[in-house]
Amino acid sequence: MTSRQLLIVFVVLLGLGPLVLPEFYVTLLNYIGLYALVALGVVLLTGVGGLTSFGQAAFVGVGAYATAALTTATDLPTWLLPLANPWGGLLVGLVLTALIALLLGVLTLRLSGHYLPLGTIAWGISLYFLFGNLQFLGGHTGISGIPALSMAGIELRDGRHYYYLIWAVLLVAIWLTHNLLDSRAGRAIRALKGGVVMAEAMGVDTARAKTTIFLIAALFACLSGWLYAHLQRFVNPTPFGLHIGIEYLFMAVIGGAAYVWGALVGAALITVLKQWLQDLLPQLFGATGNFEVIAFGLLMIVVLHRARDGLWPWLARWLPEKSALAGRHMDAPPLPRRPVPIAGTPLLEVKDAIKQFGGLVANDRMSLHVNAGEILALIGPNGAGKSTFFNLVTGVNPPTAGEVRFMGERVDGRTSRVIARMGMSRTFQHVRLLAGMTVLENVALGAHMRGKHGVPSAMLHLEREEERCLLAEAARHCQRVGLGEHLQDAAGSLPLGKQRIVEIARALAADPCLLLLDEPAAGLRFMEKQALAELLKQLRAEGMGILLVEHDMEFVMDLADRVVVMEFGKKIAEGLPHAVQNDPAVIEAYLGGVE
Amino acid sequence: MKIARSLLAAAVCTALAAPALADLNVGVVVSATGPAASLGIPEKNTIALMPTTIGGEKVNYIVLDDASDTTTAVKNTRKLLTEDKVDVIVGSTITPNSLAMIDIAAEAETPMISMAASARIVDTANPKVRWVFKTPQNDIQMSTAIVEHMINAGVKSVAFIGFADAYGEGWYQEFAKIAEARKLKIVANERYNRADTSVTGQVLKVLAAKPDAVLVAGAGTPAALPQKALKEKGFKGAYYQTHGVANKDFLRVCGKDCEGTFLPAGPVLVAAQLPADNPIKKVAMDYVGKYEAAHGKGSSSTFGAHAWDAGILLQNAVPLALKKAKPGSKEFKLALRDALESLKNVTVSHGMVNMSAQDHLGFDQRARVMVQVVNGDWKLIQ
Amino acid sequence: MDLQIALLLGQDGIVNGAIYALLALALVLVFAVTRVIFIPQGEFVAYGALTLASLQIGQTPGTLWLLMVLGVAVTALDAPALWRQGCRAGPKIYGLIGRQIAYPLVIAALVLGAQPKDWPMLLQVLLALAVVVPLGPQLYRVAYQPIAEASVLILLIVSVALHLALVGLGLLFFGAEGSRTPAFSDASLEVGGLTISGQSMWVVGASLVLIIALYAFFERSLYGKALRATAINRAGARLMGISTTLAGKLSFLLAAAIGALSGILIAPLTTIYYDTGFLVGLKGFVGAIVGGLASYPVAAAGALLVGLLEAFSSFHASAFKEVIVFTLIIPVLVWRSLTTRHVEEEE
Repeated sequence: MTSRQLLIVFVVLLGLGPLVLPEFYVTLLNYIGLYALVALGVVLLTGVGGLTSFGQAAFVGVGAYATAALTTATDLPTWLLPLANPWGGLLVGLVLTALIALLLGVLTLRLSGHYLPLGTIAWGISLYFLFGNLQFLGGHTGISGIPALSMAGIELRDGRHYYYLIWAVLLVAIWLTHNLLDSRAGRAIRALKGGVVMAEAMGVDTARAKTTIFLIAALFACLSGWLYAHLQRFVNPTPFGLHIGIEYLFMAVIGGAAYVWGALVGAALITVLKQWLQDLLPQLFGATGNFEVIAFGLLMIVVLHRARDGLWPWLARWLPEKSALAGRHMDAPPLPRRPVPIAGTPLLEVKDAIKQFGGLVANDRMSLHVNAGEILALIGPNGAGKSTFFNLVTGVNPPTAGEVRFMGERVDGRTSRVIARMGMSRTFQHVRLLAGMTVLENVALGAHMRGKHGVPSAMLHLEREEERCLLAEAARHCQRVGLGEHLQDAAGSLPLGKQRIVEIARALAADPCLLLLDEPAAGLRFMEKQALAELLKQLRAEGMGILLVEHDMEFVMDLADRVVVMEFGKKIAEGLPHAVQNDPAVIEAYLGGVE
Repeated sequence: MKIARSLLAAAVCTALAAPALADLNVGVVVSATGPAASLGIPEKNTIALMPTTIGGEKVNYIVLDDASDTTTAVKNTRKLLTEDKVDVIVGSTITPNSLAMIDIAAEAETPMISMAASARIVDTANPKVRWVFKTPQNDIQMSTAIVEHMINAGVKSVAFIGFADAYGEGWYQEFAKIAEARKLKIVANERYNRADTSVTGQVLKVLAAKPDAVLVAGAGTPAALPQKALKEKGFKGAYYQTHGVANKDFLRVCGKDCEGTFLPAGPVLVAAQLPADNPIKKVAMDYVGKYEAAHGKGSSSTFGAHAWDAGILLQNAVPLALKKAKPGSKEFKLALRDALESLKNVTVSHGMVNMSAQDHLGFDQRARVMVQVVNGDWKLIQ
Repeated sequence: MDLQIALLLGQDGIVNGAIYALLALALVLVFAVTRVIFIPQGEFVAYGALTLASLQIGQTPGTLWLLMVLGVAVTALDAPALWRQGCRAGPKIYGLIGRQIAYPLVIAALVLGAQPKDWPMLLQVLLALAVVVPLGPQLYRVAYQPIAEASVLILLIVSVALHLALVGLGLLFFGAEGSRTPAFSDASLEVGGLTISGQSMWVVGASLVLIIALYAFFERSLYGKALRATAINRAGARLMGISTTLAGKLSFLLAAAIGALSGILIAPLTTIYYDTGFLVGLKGFVGAIVGGLASYPVAAAGALLVGLLEAFSSFHASAFKEVIVFTLIIPVLVWRSLTTRHVEEEE
């Protein structure tokens, strides 16, 4: 059975559920659906995007309270009357959630490291107590008498009817999320986990990507809150507190935070387990003690010990493999390329660039230039400041003084994303691939800037044509660097030398005119080095400029047109390879002085 | 996915043992964990002491914990109604949970007896409340007693310091209403959290307002914190607490700082001190005796007594309903509801119950007494 | 608000802040060494205080049973590996059994047989610590050591699960109602019309002593330096022969000791419940994060800030206290986040 058929069976079973299952199972499934919707947002935010949020329950609260307040209020001003129904409540809830999420996003998504989770705790608690202290929201006691939903003339009072609404919403949300992650915009989001520097170097607007997933997760939570309010028909602050926020995170992690279906598995497991313990434990220990939460906590620890990535990958072993996608991409038309500069035109010009970290001068009046159709090697002992220079040129760390020009334009002070867009691509000394993603997807991330479809069309899969072209482009670059048989392998499963080659393919996929390579040959075997040298020569012949940092002297001297030598942040020599090799200053730097 | 699905089904299946059909099934929802645990645990313990047959029918009590959370309370209620097919629901412990359960019980046309305080639960203006009864005195009844006592003691201004939750909120609303009517000035309205480690800020605010008396609206031992802080900062006025503190642990924690404190409470708190001709005394003493025999001397509380009273209501109403229908049927539930509404002069541990279509609590003035803390114990003062 | 009130609030904020600071230090310590965000830190506060309270009224604290059960569990986990090493591991096995089986039995004998109810308070405190503190390394062994290399997120979720279980056990052991213990001293100090209670001086004093002691431990002692080395580079520390497992247990021992002691210090000032720990721990966590989970002094300062914010906001708008405290934390976080610029380093 293919995974598609399995999915159909699953959906059919879901559809039959309420017709055959006892009523309480339907009730449980309703709650599972509601929780899974929130956990899905957490998967996107935390598992995929790497942003840990404890505050999702507060957004559920916004959704629930918006509709509760609007549908039960008795003395609304006339202009609000058209909104005084569940649909108005939904609209207001979504708008309100979006506004709050954007505001909080602006404030807290700037937070780095551990400041972000605490930030989410902070607003999670603030909103919770705000719900409890606003009298028009019923205070701590709550709002009762929320009407049932009506759709197409049917009042959804019965849990069995409501079930279809909840699961339809959930399945659509899963579908949208699934689509999103399998797209250009999704790769940008997944790149967040690889670090901001790498993502920005691929032209990803990381701040925007973070805000996007934060917004989507908040809207899912709000939707769940709206459904909750009309199922429960009562709201008070307790279901939206920090403890529940933690529980949503819990569900996502137990289910498998990196997987869309993990949200559903986690929500189901936790809901069912709690129910099961509630029934089982009194039979074991008698009715007086309260052992449920103890047993629950201990069981969860055991689960996490056995399945660190959550239960989904463990379940997925029994699922059919995804049908191989290899070869499917090659027929798409090629992407448009940027005009190739004529060989010899200056691409990169650095004049007197200085980089200071406090009192330390890491780069001192560095100057060099790279032309189209040439390979410039930057060499020097460890700690000479080569990587600092790379960061300075690519916009990761702007120079303290001096000027950097690229394609004739000043770029010092511009962000690495803007510089990347102008046609400068790079690799990293410490490989920065997304280990869990396939080689093909990693390389396709390099082509990010060559597509334009955003999140909405990705969610609806309206960008399949462009996506095919992007993947085809990525596949071609993989073939070119000799990774043809690894397209569908997880990037993390390759040996380190091959991973460096994936980085080069990724850089090439951006269609650059200047390529910055940071120790590309490290970890390669002899044959692989030769192939790499061949590739670089070919690229040079096509008119690309290449700036190469490398320790392997043989490799450098064979390949480079010119060589620049750095020591202690300064340029100590520049010239043709053999001239530099015989330069006494260089010999001294490498060998510690020869009289 | 299929596996998840079958796991789910298997897990739920093993959990559900269908109760025998003809028995009377009583579903109980209590807050035995979470913030309201100090109220819910004695209620849960009390259920275990209840009779196992009523009117010759075997009674099954199915007790579920809602962890003081409304979602769980509703989920449990649905489970009791659809899986255990209960004939009546007792619970929950706290007001928000009880309010949330009303709709569910009413739609399933099943009578429900709440053990929470707010008068909103039995506000008969709401048609769904037709199915809802409750055993604890309304906040408003207790508030009236306190205001009465304050006025008689010459208190002109009072400061309020209560839980930052539904309990504190409910009390403030009722208390403020009556205080205003009786021209008693509320000079401060402060809130604190049950688990707060310090209430210095609130206490200083109260002191700055120079009230004649302070009312602390908290439940259980957490209500001791503001009073101790006020004593420490030298507040000399009168101290009032609510019936939420009425257990021995409160006295243990508050110690000598609570000497002289006034509070309204159900008569069960001072059962032994009630005059011998008071019919409540016998019922209350019976409950206290049974509870303390099971859980140790001094362990009984007024909260557990609310559960006990729900049991007494059932013991009186079920035989009436049994005449009309068999348990497990829709007709029985309706008959039970009608029977509960028709109860007259039923003595419970907290008072005398006279139900009517307009009054689903049925208490009168006999359901509350004023109590003072004297020598580290409760003393009946009126 | 006059000066008198401001001073009183300040004093209150500092006393609470001192406790938060202690917990913040423990959290920083645990995180730095093990990458665990130790949410159950707060439970040690409750366990410490309530164990002492139980001993003082002559009840057997449930934590004693937990100590014995965990001892058996740790033995069961560690013994097979030692057994396989054969006779070389002999002393290690004796050590294991001594720590995990014999020690709990000795403590149990003292609690059950020696009437700790009538002991002087200092000995009661020591006994309470002797019951609660070993739980720290035991929990590390059982819950964290098997997944020591997992991601921070997984370790965090394990912490949440452990927190749930420990709070549940707390309810089972100590009941829902709270307890207080008698003050260490009834002395009080008059400073400019301000009465400072002996107990609050104890809290602040003990916090200062502990903070200085921790500083000395990390700067001067070999174990402290080993812990710091583990904090900076786990793999490197292992290469240098420092056992990350030992470092983990040691950090949990310290964290448990700090937590239990904090609980014992504040138990005379406030009522402690089985679930007090979470909120107190959360505020310590705020302090720890403000310190970037790395800097001890900044974490302590952050914790003091939380204490003060809380005191003043509970005076001005008590119903909105948490809203105010946690909303004001956000700008502090933004400021900290912007000033501690840590670019993912390239080398």
